[in-house]
This record gives sequence, C-alpha cells and structure tokens, in this order.
Amino acid sequence: MKKLKILSVGRHPEIMQTVVRLINNNADWEGTSALTDKDAVQAFDHEVFDLIMLCSGIEPESEANLRAYFIAHRPGIKIIQHYGGGSGLLTAEIYEALK
Amino acid sequence: MANTIVHKADGRGHANHGWLNSYHTFSFGSYYNPEAMNFGALRVLNDDTVSGGMGFGRHPHDNMDIISIPLEGDLEHKDSMGNTAIIRKGDIQAMSAGTGIYHSEQNAHENEQVKFLQIWIYPNQKNVEPRYDQLTLNLADRHNRLQQILSPNPDDEGIWIYQNAWFHMGKFDAGKTVTYNLKDKANNGVYAFILSGEITIDGQKLNTRDGFGSSNVDALDITADSEAEFLLMEVPMVF
Repeated sequence: MKKLKILSVGRHPEIMQTVVRLINNNADWEGTSALTDKDAVQAFDHEVFDLIMLCSGIEPESEANLRAYFIAHRPGIKIIQHYGGGSGLLTAEIYEALK
Repeated sequence: MANTIVHKADGRGHANHGWLNSYHTFSFGSYYNPEAMNFGALRVLNDDTVSGGMGFGRHPHDNMDIISIPLEGDLEHKDSMGNTAIIRKGDIQAMSAGTGIYHSEQNAHENEQVKFLQIWIYPNQKNVEPRYDQLTLNLADRHNRLQQILSPNPDDEGIWIYQNAWFHMGKFDAGKTVTYNLKDKANNGVYAFILSGEITIDGQKLNTRDGFGSSNVDALDITADSEAEFLLMEVPMVF
C-alpha cells in the first residue's frame, strides 16, 4: 500500500522533529519536515506529497507565498494548519483532511 | 432557533494508559470521532486522572490556548519559559503556546491521584509569544452564582486567553436557578460541562460529566436538580 506523504513546514526545530516522529508512528504515513521556505519548496519540487501541514512560526507573508506556490504547482494539493504542536490533534487533523 | 448538541458522559472517547485515565469529549490523540471534533473554538475537553507520582513528560505545544482546571489533588507544571508551579483545586492555569513551548505536568504527590480538566481553545491569533499564567480563585464565589474564571481581557475577572471566550463555574444547591446571558450573542455559543450532580439547561437534563452545547441563543436558563457543580464555556462558533 502506498504511504500517505506529508510535508510539514514550521520554524520550531524541536516541534518539527516531534511532528514528523508522530506522523511516522503511523505505518501508513510518511513525514518530511522543512524549517525554511527554501527547504519546503525544494522538498515539494522533489517529491509528490499528498498533504501539506503548516505548523507554528511561519510569518504571514511566507505562508501566503508558500500556499500560492504549492497551489500554483499542484492545484489539488491539500494544505492544512496544524494546531497544538504534538500528538493531541495531529491524527484527527490528518483524517479530517483526507475525508 | 437554538442549535444544540448533547455529549453523554459514557459516549466520550476513553484512553486508559494505567498512569493516565482520560475521557475525551472531542477527538483527541488516537480517539477520532468525526461527529465530535469541536464546539466552535473549543477543540479539546479532556477529563484526566493521573496516578500518584506520574505525569506527562516534557512535550511541545504550539498555536493553542490551553487551560487546566484541577478538580482534586495537586499538579506540578514546569515549562521551557522557566515557570515551575503547582496548581490545585480552586486554581486555573492558562498557557498560550503560540510559536512553541515545552512543558511537563506531574502529579505532585506520590500516593494521591490528581484529577483535572484540560481544555484547548483555538486562539484568535497565530504565532504569539508564548505565555503562562495561573490564578487562585475564591471557591466561595461560585456558591449559588456564576463565577467568571476566564475572559479575553487581562483587566477582567479571572484569567485571560487569546480568544473571545468567557468561562464561568457554579456550585449550586438543589433548586437554584440562574440565567446566563451570553457576552457576545452575535458570534458565540456556550458549552456546559457538568462536574457533579444533575442540571437542567433550557429543558435538557444533564448528569455528571455530560456536556451540552448551545448556539444561536442569547441566554441559557440553568437549574440545579440536585447539588451540582458545572463549568460554562462561552466560545466563538466561527473563528
């Protein structure tokens, strides 16, 4: 079965590590993280992700630019905001995005 | 016409990890119920019991306003901003996680359990500077009346958070009736959580640990059918 590929973008290194670890706890999901806009765009161009998860610390202008870039290059891409920074909401957020 | 929802106590999600026994009114952790995701900006209502000497190790949060209300026992909090504190029944703690914070929560005693509510509210601003606050409330101020324990305003009664929300607690004798008038009638709804006893709200009978949400209303009529304690959470329905 093909794994669901999730790109998480955020500025807090420890939180991003935690988010990716939690994503990878699900055998059907595969997480990648990016701390900068440049890294996010590079990862996005390199791999076909099913879901983009925006995490904390992204400046409004960066968020707008990233959203515009992702949508311009893959109009159907799902982009969600992650809240809470850990295990509490992550699973439900991903399931809701996949509905 | 009011929009209402009832979450019965025995219909909640449940996770028993041994050291932690937790009931989830809304989807949380591995409990996913598409019909119970949130009530407006109220996203998490966890009813937690932690065994003596145990607790939540260091873990992160971001972009969420997290409120803890101890019901029994003492809970020790430590966070990455250097705060160390113990909260106990009668206290309320608020943490705006914003750009990111690490914290731990530990039962302060080896041989007693601690019970507390953990409530997560979607904030009205993303990426704020993290902040922590706690307040000791006068328990007598909720006897047969509604005691405000949280608001959006640092100068108002109770603790404050980054959301247009107001919390009240009441501990009523049997037969006591009160009307709660919403602060923001145009945008907010109210979620009631019964801590103990039996309550009727706008004709809906509720028992211990039941939840009841009502929106598109200006006020709620609340009657204690027995001695009862409850929490009212007024939150934006669109945020």
